[in-house]
Amino acid sequence: MQPGLGRRDFLKVAAATGGALVLGFYLPERPLRGAPPPAKSGPFAPNAWLRIASDGTVTIVIHKCEMGQGVATSLPQLLAEDLEADWSKVRVEFAPADKAYYTWLNPQFGMQFTGGSMSVRGSWDMLRSAGAAAREMLIAAAAQKWQVKPSECHAENGEVVGPGGKKLGYGALAAAAAQLPVPQKPPLKQKDFRFIGKRMPRLDTPAKVNGSAIFGIDVKVPGMRVARVVRCPVFGGKAVRFDAGPAKAVKGVHDVIAISSGVAVVADGYWPATMGIRALNIQWDEGKGAAISSETISKHFHALSEQPGAVARSDGDAEAALKSAARVIEAVYEVPFLAHATMEPQNCTAHVRKDGVEVWAPTQGQTFIQQAGAAITKLPPEKIKVHTTYLGGGFGRRVETDVVADAIEISAKLGVPIKVIWSREDDIQHDFYRPTSLSRLRAGLDKSGRIVAWSHRIVSPSIMSRVFPMMVQKGIDHSSVEGATEELPYDIPNLQVDYHLADAGIPVGFWRSVGHSQNAYATECFLDEVAAATRQDPLALRRKLLGKAPRHKAVLELAAAKAGWRTPPKGGRKRGLAVAESFGSYVAEVAEVSVDKAGGVKVHRVVCAIDCGKIVNPDTVEAQMQSGIIYGLSAALYGEITIDKGRVRESNFDSYPMVRMVDSPAIEVHIVPSTEGPGGVGEPGTPPIAPAVCNAIRAAVGKPIRRLPIRTVHA
Amino acid sequence: MRLRVNGSEHTLDIDASTPLLWALRDNIGLCGTKFGCGVGLCGACSVMLGGQLVRSCVTPISAAEGRDVVTIEGLSPDSSHPLQKAWVAEEVPQCGYCQSGQLMAASALLAQHPDPTDEQIDAAMTNVCRCGTYQRVRTAIHRAARAGKGGGR
Repeated sequence: MQPGLGRRDFLKVAAATGGALVLGFYLPERPLRGAPPPAKSGPFAPNAWLRIASDGTVTIVIHKCEMGQGVATSLPQLLAEDLEADWSKVRVEFAPADKAYYTWLNPQFGMQFTGGSMSVRGSWDMLRSAGAAAREMLIAAAAQKWQVKPSECHAENGEVVGPGGKKLGYGALAAAAAQLPVPQKPPLKQKDFRFIGKRMPRLDTPAKVNGSAIFGIDVKVPGMRVARVVRCPVFGGKAVRFDAGPAKAVKGVHDVIAISSGVAVVADGYWPATMGIRALNIQWDEGKGAAISSETISKHFHALSEQPGAVARSDGDAEAALKSAARVIEAVYEVPFLAHATMEPQNCTAHVRKDGVEVWAPTQGQTFIQQAGAAITKLPPEKIKVHTTYLGGGFGRRVETDVVADAIEISAKLGVPIKVIWSREDDIQHDFYRPTSLSRLRAGLDKSGRIVAWSHRIVSPSIMSRVFPMMVQKGIDHSSVEGATEELPYDIPNLQVDYHLADAGIPVGFWRSVGHSQNAYATECFLDEVAAATRQDPLALRRKLLGKAPRHKAVLELAAAKAGWRTPPKGGRKRGLAVAESFGSYVAEVAEVSVDKAGGVKVHRVVCAIDCGKIVNPDTVEAQMQSGIIYGLSAALYGEITIDKGRVRESNFDSYPMVRMVDSPAIEVHIVPSTEGPGGVGEPGTPPIAPAVCNAIRAAVGKPIRRLPIRTVHA
Repeated sequence: MRLRVNGSEHTLDIDASTPLLWALRDNIGLCGTKFGCGVGLCGACSVMLGGQLVRSCVTPISAAEGRDVVTIEGLSPDSSHPLQKAWVAEEVPQCGYCQSGQLMAASALLAQHPDPTDEQIDAAMTNVCRCGTYQRVRTAIHRAARAGKGGGR
């Protein structure tokens, strides 16, 4: 790396060994809201690579992780387009956490992590430019070889084609191309797209149908042992004493040690570790957390919601308009804590040596692992080498480093590689939960029934207070109010959103769609209550209020039209709809629901319309909408983590149930064609489903659903 | 303890109460079968034992001795099983973690009902998928059934 290269030199020949062309380039992370802007310049520090081998294989090394959302295909599609690659030769690898990259930006915010539905949005232009630069270099190399002008040649399906139709494959040209200067502003394709916007087959599918895909839990390192960790059932509690003897007597158990998170049993495999844990008797100091329960939290939140909070959005004068309104409608909506329950339980493999640490993890946050490893071992962060495996689901859970810390601590103490595997019970009872949240909503109506005032008070624990405290400003954690503030699209003259940051003593974290997951539920259900109170069709009311929000309106109208909104559904079904903007995309969903005599809810059909701007892979967009809807539906119907004496009552898929095949609705996804900048797709499918379903239930039984989960409904 | 997995014999010196799942993963080294819940609720660990679908996380190896175990690695040598082809054609997997179990459950279903109805799929496919691939799993099972009818296997 040469010091002093300007930031605009974003592409560089990184190495040229074995006849390969290797380009390093930099994919920016969009700074989080409220974060300081990145440094203006610094040393060139690639965090992604393109490698064209002499056999013509094109390997794209990406800085994002694959947790099902499809980036291991969509990011290569972007690069392959301008490279004019042969798709059958495209491969993908996951980048290690990179030291240079880590220090290049403000260390606090120059992070390698996957989240916020940002991967495609943040990488679009750079990936295309990297592909285009390599293409120009390969063309130039061929032109030199043939002694013709580059303009007489063009690239096509992994080959350069010259005058008279002569051809040379990229593999044969790679070594020569690596000697040429790197164009910094290569021209991008304007038409004849072969990959962008096309349903390219996922690159990870073949390994995921024969058991060969390597997830974190599958990692094997020579000399490795498997550990399980017992944590205090009460958050914040500590082990006071334990008798290691009976656990150590179990065949296959090697060590029983105290670590900062609890007691670790280290064994030959998961099963002897489990048998060891069953033989353990630990005395805990439960601490003051033992006084916490869901009931006391809810009571506290209700009391707070009677008082004004920190103002997160204010248009006009909502309080005055409510006072002078002809009619005021008020409702309180509540949502519980939720666990992520990724299919792959939390796990991490670590090997701590004197001079460095190696970590193998299914992680969304490589930089966070480096920070956690550095804090434990006192080594510099760049000495923590991170290998990213496939993730068996992420949903925000895997930005956390609790299980990583377990593995690093145990390996540091015992000097051997350690794979820590959590049980499902550990996973559900020791999560960083989607915060419980209370919304008090008030709408002021004039004599004609028009909404003249809207007040939304939110009481919720703050995620950012723990993760990025400097991002909580003036008492507002934006992640607690998002969706209710600037993304609320309705044209209401007097509007106020205020917020109480209320610590509940329970760890909270990012859960698919974060604040949008609860705020879209509250706002979209409450708006339906207003529609019912003023005898308006929910679609008609929204259309009236969406005059300044054409993209919301378009997805709503498309979803309603495809669902047949104007024709009542048959078979005792009712429909409900909801629309929400999140992560730069606009999604409307119409749910078709029936409620049986026992109050059982069946969701038969969901029609979804999305405007996510420019699209890389429509099949991925559809898959992510299907996925976000099912994820949100599990939460809406069944999802609830409850606290009793400081511990989580739920423990496995029986007490924390999921939507399965039999409950799974038919889902139709319609994509609005768009030339707007790309929006995210991993999360935006989730927020509208709970309100769409609840609004359909309200239509069926005449009663709003003001508390999730729905479970059963009584008219 | 001797186990026959995908046609190969393995001799194991571990506790007879060890669940088949962990014997496969930690002792035999076949990691395609996944751990999801440990109590037989999610189906990620599904394998065939003596021709029957079982949840290997709650099946002790003592119950597997002398019977044939087939895991995802043994479903076909080259991903050519009609279900595997259908899974690829329908782009079923997202994170992919539950898909070994989904495929084993689907193979047991097709063995019993070569052309299953939606109701039979609902009844047989009880595996949890947090990515919500259910609709594609259903479509892929129907596709594989059609391929089977056309002289498939």
